[in-house]
Amino acid sequence: MGWENLLLGFQVALQPYNLGLAVLGITLGTIIGVLPGLGGANGVAILLPLTFSMNPTSAIILLTSLYWGALFGGAITSILFNIPGEPWSVATTFDGYPMARQGRGGEALTAAFTSSFVGALFSVVLITLFAPVLAEIALKFGPPEFFAIQLLTFSSFIGLGGGNPIKSLVSILIGFILASAGLDIVTGQLRLTFGITELMKGFDFIVAVIGLFGVGEILLSVEEGLSFRGVSAHINPRVVWQTWTTLPRYYRTFVRSAFIGFWMGFKPGGATPASFMSYAFAKRFSLHPERFGKGEIEGVVAPETAAHAAGGASLLPMITLGIPGSPTAAVMLGGLIIWGLQPGPMLFREKPEFVWGLIASMYTGNVIGVAMVLAFVPLFAAILRIPFPILTPVIVAVCAVGSYAVHDSMVDIWYMLLFGVIGYVFKKLDYPLAPLVLALVLGDLAENALRQSLIMSQGSLLIFFSRPISGGISAVAIFFFALPLLTPYWRRRRARSRPVPAVVRDDG
Amino acid sequence: MVRTADLTTALVLLAGGVLVIWDSLRLGIGWGTDGPQSGFFPFWLAVLLIVSCVAIAVQARRKASRAPFVTRAQLKPVLTTLLPSAGFVVLTQFVGLYVATAIFMGFYMRWIGRYAWVAVVLLSVLFPVLTFLVFERWFLVPMPKGPLEAWLGY
Repeated sequence: MGWENLLLGFQVALQPYNLGLAVLGITLGTIIGVLPGLGGANGVAILLPLTFSMNPTSAIILLTSLYWGALFGGAITSILFNIPGEPWSVATTFDGYPMARQGRGGEALTAAFTSSFVGALFSVVLITLFAPVLAEIALKFGPPEFFAIQLLTFSSFIGLGGGNPIKSLVSILIGFILASAGLDIVTGQLRLTFGITELMKGFDFIVAVIGLFGVGEILLSVEEGLSFRGVSAHINPRVVWQTWTTLPRYYRTFVRSAFIGFWMGFKPGGATPASFMSYAFAKRFSLHPERFGKGEIEGVVAPETAAHAAGGASLLPMITLGIPGSPTAAVMLGGLIIWGLQPGPMLFREKPEFVWGLIASMYTGNVIGVAMVLAFVPLFAAILRIPFPILTPVIVAVCAVGSYAVHDSMVDIWYMLLFGVIGYVFKKLDYPLAPLVLALVLGDLAENALRQSLIMSQGSLLIFFSRPISGGISAVAIFFFALPLLTPYWRRRRARSRPVPAVVRDDG
Repeated sequence: MVRTADLTTALVLLAGGVLVIWDSLRLGIGWGTDGPQSGFFPFWLAVLLIVSCVAIAVQARRKASRAPFVTRAQLKPVLTTLLPSAGFVVLTQFVGLYVATAIFMGFYMRWIGRYAWVAVVLLSVLFPVLTFLVFERWFLVPMPKGPLEAWLGY
């Protein structure tokens, strides 16, 4: 681990051109985060084509800045409009919206942005320390280890995702099946094309992201009616300063939430449970748990810190292992491949200026981001006041542009529409979309790792358990897969062994 | 009903799984000269998919809610968004993306938003022109174009 590497990164990230891109990325990202139907993942997907002609380092700086911006934007809609832009902003609405209605919107926003900043910074520091180490370890990984990590990735959706585990599994399977459609590069055979030429190219996950999260999300949001009712916020330097003087009081919540966020976040699908978990912990340890849900500032601090710590942490497996921790990270990984880079541990050796430029830009991006959103909140909030009849066609058209640009292909716009309908139906029936996208991205990698492992072992699945590292990872993966079956059993046991509830507690 | 929708989705996915198995069997699901054959991975995925769909169907029959999947009041705004969007995609195929965007925006603003014609024309021309400048001119990302762009020399 060398500080000179980080210094090199800062030299890249602090170039005026890259700083300009960071500002542009955060502006666009915040707008995208505020707009209904557009979020981090599809925002990055839509802008991806614009980066094709850039150098990879500047391109990734633009996209990560966009991601931070989208995370900040999500907090604005949660607090002022009670609309969680992303699933992990749901917990922010619990106390953020009541605060805004009491006229403390400025305070809530300041707390949210500051917590996001602290959470993200915490993750970035840990990434700076651990990424090189992890990459070094990952260099020794063979196909069985990589396949075991993939198993772990998907098992955590099933075991920790919180939704219906069978539906999570189905989402994953659909993603993998769609990924296998088209030309099989190993054998040269056409799979699942049924003689239709258009199907030969397969399904691009970027189009799937835009359709599922973009178009699908629009359909869901118009369902509730065609207008938003928001609370306006008064934010000025005085409010910001006053809020800042109160925040150090909650240092325990900050530290706890940042740890929860990072720990949950580098596993996929972790940001949402992390935000809920840290909200629940904050409430449990608070001296005034009854104030939660009615406008307690700690109820904004906890989920925002955790969600951003998780958002940062999800980039760790992407740069070190080439396995994304979230749909947004998946889109960035797709970008890496398009820019001609090979994602994975070798990046640290072969493209240090890329990796360290990216890491350094996480620091600069967050500093610029928090300053910008604090300064321009009213402007960003005004976007949601643009009437729906104007927003909807604009968003659909932008989605179409993004889908077409990936392969210059008209079919992709049709796929986008199709994925939009699928996204709408799946969301309503509780099928999670993130695992589908991740499986679609990782499909080829997972299949190749499986094939190579099986060739190494001549067809025996035991190879995933006989090697120490892959054995350990596989065991954890199997535990996560089994978790939905084990939990009800534990609950029943605990319920049976619990003594009669104590009535004497309120004596003293 | 949510239950019907849940069952239908599970059945559609199950049928998809059968289709995948059929194609995988054609490709071979065993051991080829150089490792697993092309159908190996999709075959086992589809088997798992079918098993899961049966489980979901059983679950849905037992406990899925009988509340409506979409109420009539919800369906209307969804369709007024989905159908024009589909129309927009069809138009893009024939007149290119920019003209289609202008028509789509104009239609949506006028018939759903009931804006004054001035605003409709202004915005629905301005936005596609801006998109054109950003993508075709500045970032050199080509979009589908139609007769209008050809006439203008692009």
